[in-house]
Amino acid sequence: MNGQNGTRAGQTSTAKGGAAALSVRGLGKRFGDRVAFHDVSFEIGFGEVFGFLGPNGAGKTTIVRTLGTLIKPTSGSATVAGIPLTPENGAQIRQRISVMPEWPGLYLRLSVAENLGCFADLYGVPDPRDRIDRALRAVNLTDRADSPCGTLSKGLRQRVALARALLPDPQVLFLDEPTAGLDPIAARDVHELIAGLGRNGVTIFLTIHRLDEAERLCDRVAILNTTLRTIGPPDELRDRLFARTLAVRTLVPLADPGWVFGTLSAVTSWHQDSSGSYLLAVSRPAVAAPAVTRALVSAGADVLSISEPRHSLEDVYLELIDDDKEASLA
Amino acid sequence: MSNSMSVRTRRIRAVFRKELREYRRSGNIVFAMAVIPFIFLIQPLIQVFAIPSSASAALRHEDSLLYLLAIPAIVPALVAAYGVVGERQQGTLEPVLTTPVRRDEFVMGKALASLLPSAAVAYAVDAVFLACVRLFASPPVASALLRWPEILAQVLFTPMIAAWSIWIGLAISARSTDIRVAQQLGMLASLPTVAVTSLVAFNVIRPTLALALGAAALLLVLNAAGWRLVSALFNRERLIASAR
Repeated sequence: MNGQNGTRAGQTSTAKGGAAALSVRGLGKRFGDRVAFHDVSFEIGFGEVFGFLGPNGAGKTTIVRTLGTLIKPTSGSATVAGIPLTPENGAQIRQRISVMPEWPGLYLRLSVAENLGCFADLYGVPDPRDRIDRALRAVNLTDRADSPCGTLSKGLRQRVALARALLPDPQVLFLDEPTAGLDPIAARDVHELIAGLGRNGVTIFLTIHRLDEAERLCDRVAILNTTLRTIGPPDELRDRLFARTLAVRTLVPLADPGWVFGTLSAVTSWHQDSSGSYLLAVSRPAVAAPAVTRALVSAGADVLSISEPRHSLEDVYLELIDDDKEASLA
Repeated sequence: MSNSMSVRTRRIRAVFRKELREYRRSGNIVFAMAVIPFIFLIQPLIQVFAIPSSASAALRHEDSLLYLLAIPAIVPALVAAYGVVGERQQGTLEPVLTTPVRRDEFVMGKALASLLPSAAVAYAVDAVFLACVRLFASPPVASALLRWPEILAQVLFTPMIAAWSIWIGLAISARSTDIRVAQQLGMLASLPTVAVTSLVAFNVIRPTLALALGAAALLLVLNAAGWRLVSALFNRERLIASAR
């Protein structure tokens, strides 16, 4: 680990070019003495899929509700879909965004089409029938339009909630834990729908627990634990947080590994993991690997493998959250 | 301006239609609304049927029919008290609050949806009472009881009293976290209106045209103020962030 924790709270991480769909500066929310989130700053560009990660109680849902104009921030400022986040602008902002809460919140006695019809009117969309048809097609639910929502499985209800969020053609779509509580197949379906929306240029602000999904779906992710811990593309976060390494395995342990690895300029440090297994810290794996191979062959070693271990987003997440736990205990 | 008005009307209509569909799909809601008023009707009808023709002259100086105005005070209070807190507990409120609907539009849609079945139940009870009196009471008693000014007062005051009761119920609902508490408080809050209608029915307060006009004007003002009051009490953050 190189000890870098990426972008910290207070710094603004910028969107991937162009105008910002969401711009948040020093945003915070307190409920009495309890801090929900504090000094959060970031920007999201139009068409970006942005993932918000964090443990339970980190403030993810409160941020969604704040940017969705349901909750007033206690500090900081934000611009949502180009409109300053103020109480007076609430209705105007809500006209340009959609929020899919964690709980689908469907009217269970009403059919899918009736639920969507109600929300089409609340959004004031023109040509509601056409919008409803399009939204149902987008979530592959055209054949269930007349089914009462109470008869649908949890996965299908989640899809209806997604269709509802698509009705107004939002500039920014907030999805709060869209796959929470779904079985793997239903989660995969929702995941594919989100990926499709992202490909179609919809700006998506996603709070998510499943780190593998975040890694696949999101252009950038942020890790929140009341304050923003880091932000950036998943690959960049890995590079920021973890030292680049090469893992070397030989058939038998090297007689003098210090002589083999210590003389290589591409290797900054090394240690033996187990018998015949070595971890080398390198700055540029592509340059170091051939040099290490040559040195091992010269030393007469029987090389089994030389590989660059990949850290997952989960490793990044756990590293940061564990840091927070240690800091709070200290 | 007309465009913005039509959007507002559409949102109010969306809430109103959604509510009515839910009433339609769940017969229990309307049944529960209707059953108490009809039970409420049994005792006065028995009394009316027991009145001898010789006592009809005394009835001409009473305004017993106005006793039925208690029904539009009680019936909508229960339904309206469920309106906001019920949606909140079902988890259906948050998605609605994320739409551009304004709070005055939302509460108006809710109020109209409570008013329609409540007024319908109240009018149905009135109609049954009038029909029973006309058909089964002795003719002198029937003609003493069924007087056009009282019937007109019944027709005109029913929606106004129901609306007032609805605003009180919605105000309680917007500030409650528990459906049962909201409905009990809604019932309690409707009692002052029931007391006033009873005092009029029992001639403690003498009903006159001037009193009727004054009461109608007061109810109109109270209903307009009720809409504003409930809209002001309807706080998105409080409804979302405070514990369910």
